[in-house]
Amino acid sequence: MSLETHIARKNLAIHPKERRIILKHADRPDYDASIDCYLRNGGYDQQKKAFSMKPEEICQEVLDAGVRGRGGAGFPAGMKWKFLDRKSGKPIYLICNADESEPGTFKDRQIIHKDPHQLIEGMMISAFAIQAAQAFIYIREEMPYGAKILEEAIEEARAKNLLGDNILGSGYSCDLVVHRGAAAYICGEETGLIESLEGKRAYPRIKPPYFPAALGLYMCPTIVNNVETLCNVKHIIEMGGHAYAEIGKPGNTGTRIWSLSGHVRKPGYYELENGVHTYGDLINEFGGGLRDGRQLQAVIPGGSSAKVWRAGERFKGKLRSGEEFDWAIEDVPLDFDGPMAAGSMSGSGAVVVIDDSVDIVEVLANINAFYAHESCGQCTPCREGSLWMKKITTRMANGGAREEDTALLASIGDQIAGRTICAHGEACAWPTQSFVAKFQDKFLDKAKQDPEQLSKRDFRMV
Amino acid sequence: MAFELSQETLDTIDKVIPRYPQRQSALMMILHAIQKEQGYLSLEAQEWVAERLEIAPIKVREVVTFYPFYREKPVGKHYIRVCRTLSCALNGSYKICDRLCQELDTKPGEISPDGKATVEFAECLASCGTAPVVMVDDDMYENLTEDDIVELARRIREEEIK
Ligand SMILES: Cc1cc2nc3c(=O)[nH]c(=O)nc-3n(C[C@H](O)[C@H](O)[C@H](O)COP(=O)(O)O)c2cc1C
Ligand code: SF4
Ligand code: FES
Repeated sequence: MSLETHIARKNLAIHPKERRIILKHADRPDYDASIDCYLRNGGYDQQKKAFSMKPEEICQEVLDAGVRGRGGAGFPAGMKWKFLDRKSGKPIYLICNADESEPGTFKDRQIIHKDPHQLIEGMMISAFAIQAAQAFIYIREEMPYGAKILEEAIEEARAKNLLGDNILGSGYSCDLVVHRGAAAYICGEETGLIESLEGKRAYPRIKPPYFPAALGLYMCPTIVNNVETLCNVKHIIEMGGHAYAEIGKPGNTGTRIWSLSGHVRKPGYYELENGVHTYGDLINEFGGGLRDGRQLQAVIPGGSSAKVWRAGERFKGKLRSGEEFDWAIEDVPLDFDGPMAAGSMSGSGAVVVIDDSVDIVEVLANINAFYAHESCGQCTPCREGSLWMKKITTRMANGGAREEDTALLASIGDQIAGRTICAHGEACAWPTQSFVAKFQDKFLDKAKQDPEQLSKRDFRMV
Repeated sequence: MAFELSQETLDTIDKVIPRYPQRQSALMMILHAIQKEQGYLSLEAQEWVAERLEIAPIKVREVVTFYPFYREKPVGKHYIRVCRTLSCALNGSYKICDRLCQELDTKPGEISPDGKATVEFAECLASCGTAPVVMVDDDMYENLTEDDIVELARRIREEEIK
């Protein structure tokens, strides 16, 4: 038995078909989190290069690169930066979203623990590009070592004048501060995060008018980007925006770090060129396929709030390019647009595989328990609806299913989405809406199962 | 007894406040520092923080009661979090939690009779690729089997984990 704890376990068996840019060094056995190691490997060269450019030029490179946000919504970073209100005269803030709280996601953890200076370099380039007065990293409480590593790395970088006052003699000053969350998922939502950073409850703000780019932290223009997004900025400066855009597919540029978990033989994180591989490749080739004797039941393609896919279903339609497609789950391209065309989303890049050993109703009950726990409580549909959906599905899983539950669940889901302050409303409604629609037979069947047996079952997820 | 904090915690607090453009922003980091020292956030602690930051005590209480990590009551010597979210649940986390509670003779959310642990369910700990996972204070234990849990509980009972 090997019961050990690791602060950052290295993956020493990198799949040869991975295309590692962000995680290029992270898993090397001889690579550590110190600034000396980072500098030996070309670290901070891109910051020096960027500081010799004009801020607008950097913004243009990021726009040309077409890099889309890696945190969930997939919005192009360069475009977001363009929306910054620069006329207000108020200070501009940059925030790195290191809350990594979407169930299934564990990619930012790798960067933070194994290559913290890459994030700092990406952030300082980004801060200079948007002329931020100060920058923050909002890291979830459950990564205590991550916070410590980042704080130490920041002090190392400060000692070398890579951040702080008059950075590299440029006349530009910007401090970087680590802020720790306290175990609330909603702090991942950018306006909730901002409230939390102001020392308040993480109650998301309504958009409009509170788009962070205009009215963000302290009602000042603010950019919030994910850890992986900000790391990409360093590589965009290194390659040039147009060269970066050659990686991946148009509109889906660069690589992505996929977090694969659930019922696969080799769960883990895989950095892959966008649009080159499929969900089938991820599950079967990188993930080693399902366990012996098991059949695929469902795939959640982008974090637990993404709409579920049922094994065997087919997706048909027309791509933006006009090309027609007819895909099985296994054929869906691993990028931003693929899962979207297949009625779901790539979200945070978290793929959860579910085999036939578990009850799909109970899977939904488990997901619903998460959202019911994490609703901030401001909006009635989200607060009450998420709780009802949890209660109904838990009762169903425990042997108390009624015939009318299926329709009731669908109607609750339909009445949340689109009626709330933040996208947690959609995040909690989509699982129920999609599970009930796609597995209707299984949900209806539940009322016919023996309650006695269900209540005595050995394996539980609620 | 008057409310007191160690010099180390006071130093941490003095260090974090000026990092932010506005004082109230330091609230969460201050609460972290105090909870780390005292194990929980008493009403006296909350009032002390309010005074230190020159904000109304209710603003502190609002925050303490919103975030799951802040607590107003003590916990056992070790704070143990079993992830219950999807990827861990698919890999048996409910059984892991039952077994851990059984081994430590406790129930989720309660302090074990020997005072050595409080076991709680937590939501996704961002380590789903090594599910099921358990955090003991700051440390993450991964890919746990029931045998591992028996061993982990032994180490906690016998104070092999500090
Ligand atoms: C409920 C909810 C939770 C979220 N959690 C996270 C998170 O943990 N990490 C993250 O980077 N983005 C998260 N997001 C997305 C952020 O709101 C925001 O869009 C993102 O940080 C922007 O960065 P990007 O453009 O670089 O992706 C979440 C969104 C919602 C609605
Ligand atoms: S949708 Fe839910 S989480 Fe978002 S603001 Fe409303 S209640 Fe809070
Ligand atoms: S589901 Fe347990 S760590 Fe993510």
